[in-house]
Amino acid sequence: MSEKPQVKSSPSFFNNPRNRSLIYQFLLLAGLVYFFYGIITNTLANMEARGIKSGYDFLFTTAGFDILMSLIPYDATYSYGRTFIVGLLNTILVSTIGIVLATIVGFLMGVAHFSKNWLIRKLAVAYIETFRNIPLLLQIFFWYFAVLATLPSARQSLSIGEAIFLNVRGLYLPGLIAESGAGFVYTAIGLAFTAIFFLARWARKRQNDTGQQFPVFLTSLGILFGLPLIALLLSGIPFVWDFPALKGFNFRGGITVIPELMALALALTVYTGAFIAEAVRAGVQAVPHGQTEAARSLGLKESRIMKLIIVPQAMRVIVPLLNSEYQSLVKNSTLATAIGYPDLFTVFVGTTLNQTGQAIEIVFMTMAVYFVINMTISFVMNRFNASVELAERN
Amino acid sequence: MKQLTSVIATGLALSLSLSAQAGTLEDVQKRGNVSCGVSTGLAGFSQKDENGVWSGLDVDVCRAVAAAVLGDASKVQYKPLTAKERFTALQSGEIDILSRNTTWTHTRDTSLGLNFAGVNYYDGQGFMVSKALGVKSALELDGAAVCIQAGTTTELNLADYFRANGLTYNAITFDTSDQTRAGFESGRCDVLTSDQSQLYALRIGLSDPSSAIVLPEVISKEPLGPVVSQGDDAWFNIVRWSLMAMVEAEFLGIDSASADKAKAEGNPSQKRLMGSEGDSGAKMGIPAEWGYNIVKQVGNYAESFERNVGAGSPLKIARGLNAQWNEGGLMYSSPVR
Ligand SMILES: N[C@@H](CCC(=O)N[C@@H](CS)C(=O)NCC(=O)O)C(=O)O
Repeated sequence: MSEKPQVKSSPSFFNNPRNRSLIYQFLLLAGLVYFFYGIITNTLANMEARGIKSGYDFLFTTAGFDILMSLIPYDATYSYGRTFIVGLLNTILVSTIGIVLATIVGFLMGVAHFSKNWLIRKLAVAYIETFRNIPLLLQIFFWYFAVLATLPSARQSLSIGEAIFLNVRGLYLPGLIAESGAGFVYTAIGLAFTAIFFLARWARKRQNDTGQQFPVFLTSLGILFGLPLIALLLSGIPFVWDFPALKGFNFRGGITVIPELMALALALTVYTGAFIAEAVRAGVQAVPHGQTEAARSLGLKESRIMKLIIVPQAMRVIVPLLNSEYQSLVKNSTLATAIGYPDLFTVFVGTTLNQTGQAIEIVFMTMAVYFVINMTISFVMNRFNASVELAERN
Repeated sequence: MKQLTSVIATGLALSLSLSAQAGTLEDVQKRGNVSCGVSTGLAGFSQKDENGVWSGLDVDVCRAVAAAVLGDASKVQYKPLTAKERFTALQSGEIDILSRNTTWTHTRDTSLGLNFAGVNYYDGQGFMVSKALGVKSALELDGAAVCIQAGTTTELNLADYFRANGLTYNAITFDTSDQTRAGFESGRCDVLTSDQSQLYALRIGLSDPSSAIVLPEVISKEPLGPVVSQGDDAWFNIVRWSLMAMVEAEFLGIDSASADKAKAEGNPSQKRLMGSEGDSGAKMGIPAEWGYNIVKQVGNYAESFERNVGAGSPLKIARGLNAQWNEGGLMYSSPVR
């Protein structure tokens, strides 16, 4: 390419395309700011005129209502602001459970779709087709009202070894109560994870440099269990079991998994799992068959072909799809309100909004939260996507 | 989701200033019907039959307003609302009146941009338990699981009561009364708590009503009444006086059967209420016979009460606090003059 002749005349300020675009952008921005400013002041004025309270002061007043389940200390004497956090944590909890389980179910079912076993293959297809096509709300009601609500009453609980109980009020598991010295064990767990992280890095580098492999998986397993076990023994086992027991109307003690959480997590898992299975199927099918044949002709074992050839390429198709499935799952978790699982939507947009009447503020805060959660998912998945993307040479 | 839509509608209405603040009366006359927010289905208060016809004590308030303004009690458009949806529906202008067993509280009256036009039922919160539990008093409910409806005063009273008495409990909240009842029936909770009148209504909806009892304790005051948007005094007056007219008719001894006679040859108070004397209608911008239309088409308060929740209904609730003031109750109308 030959150099373009440089035009050396200096254009007037307004004819300079750079200046022009800056001016236009500035005008647009000013217009937008003015627009939103107008909307906000107008809204506030109208609310004032109609006697509707506004502002965020309510976040500091006493809530006065109880919440079925909270991951942090909470009772009716805490503030409305606290109800926001309680709901948010419950949303994060059910979303995380849903994402992890749906991914596992989805990958298993997606791979089962290619099974050589006729029955497994058909089961996978039946699962995908059924659960993808039934509205999620219906599935939630199914698990909650048709399955979990038919469990026996507290007094007739199903039990495993008088330690785990299942009844219409939920699943009761023994809990661990930490005594002094438990910090030692927690530190050991933290150390184990750090050690595994560095071990994996070192092993990868060594393999890249020298071609020698290191049994990372087995060593990690050893560290993960060994280190905390040693700490546990050294500190004289600073934990006691807390078994659930029937007292009065209900079980007390231990850990309670409420049926609302079970039903919602189950429904989200099964529903989203079906979509993920589809994504996995699409991903695997997108890898040309020639790849498998080429790998075979190189003498690779079938299991290695899957791991080294198919999966890395399939991931390029799967990951972007996963991203949107995860985001849908988070949004779908708001259906919690139909069965009273105390997620952000139920607690904050439901009860708090109703008790305070501050609809605009509360809906705004909630929209912001879901926006941030989904942006975070998107960010993480995009990073992940970049790491599985074709490293093009040019 | 419906609630979210109303919230957004409220937001839009408020930001663009489109909301019909004043002028509900004109809107209603132009539209030819009154848009009324009711429950999703609560026996005795607002309930739809197989033919899609709504009836109930709360429904009768809507019908009375339609009779007063449009001369026809059937010109009502009903919008079923859950407890959580009801206030935003009113704020966004989706409904003209909210008549859905709604408790008149300070917060609601002063910070939601609403006004309570009166009380059509004096209630209080109670507890319903399964007979099999053998519980005789609410004070024996320590550790119980309690089913309630989200977005109600019930949620707050419950927390107050258990806290004040040093009792623990688990609150399981549902969106609609049907779900709340299903939760109670499945055994998810030991107790269902709500306004007592609604407990009776929910109880007859159980597959075996005799399996449950309502405990004697009444733990709160729940004055239930119709609500309108703040800032439209003319409309507020119409709703308030439509309700008053029913109470006043009972006091003056006029019912749907005797309305014609009272209008033609009643005493001065009766004639004023029936519109054959004075100009009470004109002062509100509605037909002179507004009171007559209400009583003739909907009935007086006693008729409405007995038909919907009293002796003539499956609920069989006694008048109690809801009797006339001169019969030991709290129902009292200001004079129409
Ligand atoms: N009076 C109370 C409670 C009103 C209420 O919503 N009660 C429930 C009783 S379970 C109800 O009427 N539900 C009917 C429905 O959801 O349509 C309030 O105003 O907050």
